[in-house]
Amino acid sequence: MSQTTTPDSRSFPLRRQCPLAPPPEYDRLRAEEPVSKVRLPTGGAAWLVTRYEDVRTVLSSPVFSADGTRPGFPTLLPGQAQVLRRPPFIRMDPPQHSFYRRMLIQEFTLKRIKTMRPGIQASVNRLLDDLLAMTPPVDLVEAFALPVSSLVICQLLGVPYDDHEFFQSRSKVGVSGQSTAEQFAAALGELRAYMDGLITRKQQEPGDDLLSKLVTEHLEPVGELRRDELLMMCLMLLNAGHETTANMISLGTVALLEHPDQLAALRENPELLPDAIEELLRYLSIADLVTTRIAAEETELSGTRIRAGEGVIALLAAADWDPAVFPEPERLDVHRGNRHHVAFGYGVHQCLGQNLARAELEIVFATLFERIPALRVAVPVDELPYKHGNLAYGVHELPVTW
Amino acid sequence: MRITADTTICISAGMCALTAPGVFDQGDNDGLVAVVLPDPPEELRKAAAEAVRLCPSGALGIR
Ligand code: HEM
Ligand code: SF4
Repeated sequence: MSQTTTPDSRSFPLRRQCPLAPPPEYDRLRAEEPVSKVRLPTGGAAWLVTRYEDVRTVLSSPVFSADGTRPGFPTLLPGQAQVLRRPPFIRMDPPQHSFYRRMLIQEFTLKRIKTMRPGIQASVNRLLDDLLAMTPPVDLVEAFALPVSSLVICQLLGVPYDDHEFFQSRSKVGVSGQSTAEQFAAALGELRAYMDGLITRKQQEPGDDLLSKLVTEHLEPVGELRRDELLMMCLMLLNAGHETTANMISLGTVALLEHPDQLAALRENPELLPDAIEELLRYLSIADLVTTRIAAEETELSGTRIRAGEGVIALLAAADWDPAVFPEPERLDVHRGNRHHVAFGYGVHQCLGQNLARAELEIVFATLFERIPALRVAVPVDELPYKHGNLAYGVHELPVTW
Repeated sequence: MRITADTTICISAGMCALTAPGVFDQGDNDGLVAVVLPDPPEELRKAAAEAVRLCPSGALGIR
């Protein structure tokens, strides 16, 4: 059976009720209207996809293109259209996508990540020393979550950590649902100028880091990488690498503290940690809204016709809470032991940094709760400032005490 | 059991080596999948099959 739903005025993104759970409307959509049309905040419309199998289909089938330059590619934030004119490889299709992704793969293999662990552990230890020397309440986002993820990505890329305040404040503008197109353009301009200067410095004095390597091995005229492409690639890495992981650290802390039985199980049996991380990734699915695509040809999904050129949003949190795949999805269960969640996406764009993120999260959660056993949130969890409407969900601030 | 891998499709996500470490490895330079044990022993088969199912790019198969 095939049907087409008329565009309605349902506003998007949908509202959450419980700050840790996906919007309750996802359940109704998944059951009754698994492919449904919504109006986007930037104008235009897109199909929301809510079933696990459909989400995997959208993310792995070439019928759905990630090419951001296609007219009508769905955007959620006012400034996104500007980036999509010349997008980094996350918004390209193969074979171009593979050309860029393969330049980076070496730095993200499991073996390479393993060698980074001692450095990550040292940073985490030092940040927790500093945190414990402060008088609570302390904002865990500012004092711990952001510095951990920024330190790690800065070190990997070869970006001076001293500049983190600069690029963090500008990137904030880029991912916020509150920014105007003008603010976005200004922030992007500053970030580009900053990265351009850094590329010049690496050309003069290459170091032992990813950016230097890209400059010496791939940048024109030695290689085929244009300067503006390198620039956008680095900005994407910097952004993808610090924002998402920081959100997982802070929101994951809230989730564990809100489920004391699960935290206790984890404390009793630290071997559960890798499973617990996968479960937190599934439960929180913070990149819910990131996975946008456009239909390259007419197709059908769960009985709904999608025409060529129509936008699609494969909702990751809806897929990861699909009861057909994850029984009792609302239960955070560190024993669930699954890796088939789509919190890192699926298909050729599946997160390049996933094993780095896993390493960071393992080290962070093992160390945080060991060093600060009495950690708790200092305000009611319902009252925390959540990042509603941001591309990556999280909390702006997380006052904690111990 | 015979495990196949197509390195022209592999996107080096490393899910395979993470899920079934003895069966799969990643090339040092390109991160591409390398099948270490194409016919894994009984105790590794479950993990191997799980890895094939999890591979995001469809590069792995069982014959
Ligand atoms: C827990 C933290 C993270 C989450 C939840 C996450 C989530 C995601 C998701 C869902 C995608 C797919 C987007 C799509 O298909 O449109 C993605 C892609 C990507 N992520 Fe992550 N990510 C995380 C951490 C990182 C880190 C630490 C890095 C390090 C640099 C990173 C770099 C990337 C890159 C480069 C891509 C694009 C891959 C491609 O298009 O081939 N991410 N991420
Ligand atoms: S899981 Fe699939 S895509 Fe990832 S490294 Fe293994 S074969 Fe390649």
